[in-house]
Amino acid sequence: MASVCFYFQVHQPYRLRHYTIFDSDTNYFDEYKNAQVCRKVAGKCYLPTNRLMLDLIRQHEGRFKIAYSITGVILEQFQEYAPEVLASFQELAQTGCVEFLGETYYHSLSFLFSPKEFAAQIDAHKRVVQDLFGQTPRIFRNTELVYNNALAETLERIGGFDAILAEGADHILGWRSPNFVYRPPNTRRLKLLLKNYRLSDDIAFRFSNRGWREWPLRAEKFGQWVNAVNGNGYTVNLFVDYETFGEHQWEDTGIFEFLRHLPAEILKNPDNNFKTPSEVADAYEAVDVVDVPHLVSWADTERDLSAWLGNPMQSNAIHELYNLEGMVKATGDPDLLAHWRKLQTSDHFYYMCTKWFADGDVHKYFNPYDSPYDSYINFMNVLDNLRSRCTPTVPSLRSSTLVPMPA
Amino acid sequence: MKIRTLMLGWEFPPYISGGLGTACYGLTKAMGRMGMEVTFLLPRMGPVRMAGNPEMTLESGFPHVRLRAVPSSLIAYGRRGNPPSAQPATTGAAVLEEEPGGPAPYGPNICEEVQRYALRVMKIAESEEFDVIHAHDWMTFPAGIALSARSGKPLVVQVHSTEFDRSGEHVNQYVYDIERHGMHAAARVITVSNYTRNIVVSRYSVPPEKVEVVYNGIDFNDFGQAVPPQAAQVGGDKVVLFLGRITMQKGPEYFLYAAKKVLEREKNVKFVMAGDGDRLYGTIDLAAWLGIGHKVFFTRFLRGAEVDRVYRMADLYVMPSVSEPFGIAPLEALQHNVPVLVSKSSGIAEAFRNALKVDFWDIDEMANKIIAVLRHPPLQETLRTNGRKEALRFRWEDSAARVNEVYHKVLNVA
Repeated sequence: MASVCFYFQVHQPYRLRHYTIFDSDTNYFDEYKNAQVCRKVAGKCYLPTNRLMLDLIRQHEGRFKIAYSITGVILEQFQEYAPEVLASFQELAQTGCVEFLGETYYHSLSFLFSPKEFAAQIDAHKRVVQDLFGQTPRIFRNTELVYNNALAETLERIGGFDAILAEGADHILGWRSPNFVYRPPNTRRLKLLLKNYRLSDDIAFRFSNRGWREWPLRAEKFGQWVNAVNGNGYTVNLFVDYETFGEHQWEDTGIFEFLRHLPAEILKNPDNNFKTPSEVADAYEAVDVVDVPHLVSWADTERDLSAWLGNPMQSNAIHELYNLEGMVKATGDPDLLAHWRKLQTSDHFYYMCTKWFADGDVHKYFNPYDSPYDSYINFMNVLDNLRSRCTPTVPSLRSSTLVPMPA
Repeated sequence: MKIRTLMLGWEFPPYISGGLGTACYGLTKAMGRMGMEVTFLLPRMGPVRMAGNPEMTLESGFPHVRLRAVPSSLIAYGRRGNPPSAQPATTGAAVLEEEPGGPAPYGPNICEEVQRYALRVMKIAESEEFDVIHAHDWMTFPAGIALSARSGKPLVVQVHSTEFDRSGEHVNQYVYDIERHGMHAAARVITVSNYTRNIVVSRYSVPPEKVEVVYNGIDFNDFGQAVPPQAAQVGGDKVVLFLGRITMQKGPEYFLYAAKKVLEREKNVKFVMAGDGDRLYGTIDLAAWLGIGHKVFFTRFLRGAEVDRVYRMADLYVMPSVSEPFGIAPLEALQHNVPVLVSKSSGIAEAFRNALKVDFWDIDEMANKIIAVLRHPPLQETLRTNGRKEALRFRWEDSAARVNEVYHKVLNVA
């Protein structure tokens, strides 16, 4: 038995506008650019891919299943700039074949810096998924699949989740296969689903690479690779950015044709099926404990946090940001709080990454900056303004206007 | 095949007044190290003198390079940007070559001097054997053209700057004509960046396939060990440095306008302008007129240990050039552990990643970035570390190897 478990990440940040030290307004975000990117990706990826997914689900009468993790910040942008995209996700939700995962509303790295903020953002995300899609997330994926043992423990304390997704990196699995269900140490009921990065990256990164010896990749061939897992595992976890379809891999690469034929190819073998992450967690017992004392992610070749926290600028920016948590929350100003949270989106720190020479291409994707230095300068200017708003004009109001954080 | 080059170049140590001299020296030295045969013709007022023992320097340092003097009062950049102190005045140096007929007089104007230089080059070349002529910037072009015509050897001209870089739109027609003539007469044109290549193609109508880009390098050996990064404190103030000729081309006034903006936000900062040039007094006036005279310090032309010292004081090096064909100076600043902000109108901006970049006219953005460096040590640190690492990759050996490729194309040999 081999189950194919698809999860797609749907996310776009609120990019900052060019903000200099001489600016003093609070319009930090580039509405024009954000709307433009949102609509562009909607046209090239979200709308056509959603339509195709809907067709496939109907065509296979419930046997084709998928999962999405959609961040709060892109859901807000859909509502504002591309409501038809939101409607098409809602239509998918109604098929009963689509699962929505939980994550931090702001696609943040808050787990690393503020457990309180981390919990609040998971809760905010849960509520927006309930509101828009009528589901309560049971599976958690952290921003960029950042994961370690402590995250599993924290998440179990927060409660409400059955499993966590993480990168099936070689250095955490050793000789073991990602195609089984595992569990983290020191937890009672959480399960761990690990990304099969070889097969996932065949679709997400190598699909259009003409230098790759498997090019061109057709659904039939991919189906055979999945068949090969039969007897060696339960599940093939294919975790990819949704923008793979039509944006990272353009339509003319044949990516949509690949996707159109994939379910039928997989289902040709009666031993195969599609499962959502929560179905995988329900269906299979954990075979072993996977110990992950150090942080892993799904980024670059290092699978670590160096893309977000690898240089002094990134470290400085994110620490300064989280240092403001108490002051921001003490003001009780909801606009200020929302701005502070939008600055937590991991993309802002990704833009400051200086590891260009090896991983340059991926880092350039919708990056509004010419250089990581420009990105840092812009971010720090915004942060400087945000900090200046944290000083209440009437100090005595401070304690009385404290807004309690969601649990 | 071993190609013998007759090089018509500029300035050898100890007196180098700017990028042209630095480039000729660095390139030639690297060509020598790589075993390329070069005869370097150097315009000198008076005999060629080298600091220390010149024979030793030449033979041990770069054995394949021979130096010959061309009696001439021509100096790099003409009289536009040279410090008065840069006139040759070495003492205790050995005479390398017989001085034919006493010091050449200053010509009444530059045209005559360029012609006279060409005639003398022709004369000297009679006793030389060479396969290719390599001329650097316009003042040597007439000599290169004439020599190529007489000897039948191909001419390669290298453009370190054009009349448009030096004079904006107010070009000197005489200079422009010589540049254009040289570029068209040459078998190949070498430019020091794509930025300059575009100018050569669009403003001088040179066929693009004839123009090769060879980036400059920096001299490792002179900067073997890193200067301690700790800045020498200047009364606790941060220091922003302009170092270069103070001429229209270098954009000194944009530096001052940005300085004024910075000073509106940051009190504890000083601006140092190191260099001489025809805009020096105008720039001093402007600083006073902007009301920031007490924060801007003019050091005049610096050399040697003084340069090291001013770099040690600096928190940021700014190159606000209006038009900069390459820009070796930012690489030198990085070798001295000083992060850099450069004008986008430069060769270095296209070739280098770990620098801040601005449009020279965008005063607000220049000030914005200067303030960011002054306020955020992690920015300074990242620019410094990554910038220095990247700067060390600009090696003269690579430039020399590219020049060698160009020679092979010109001579049509493998």
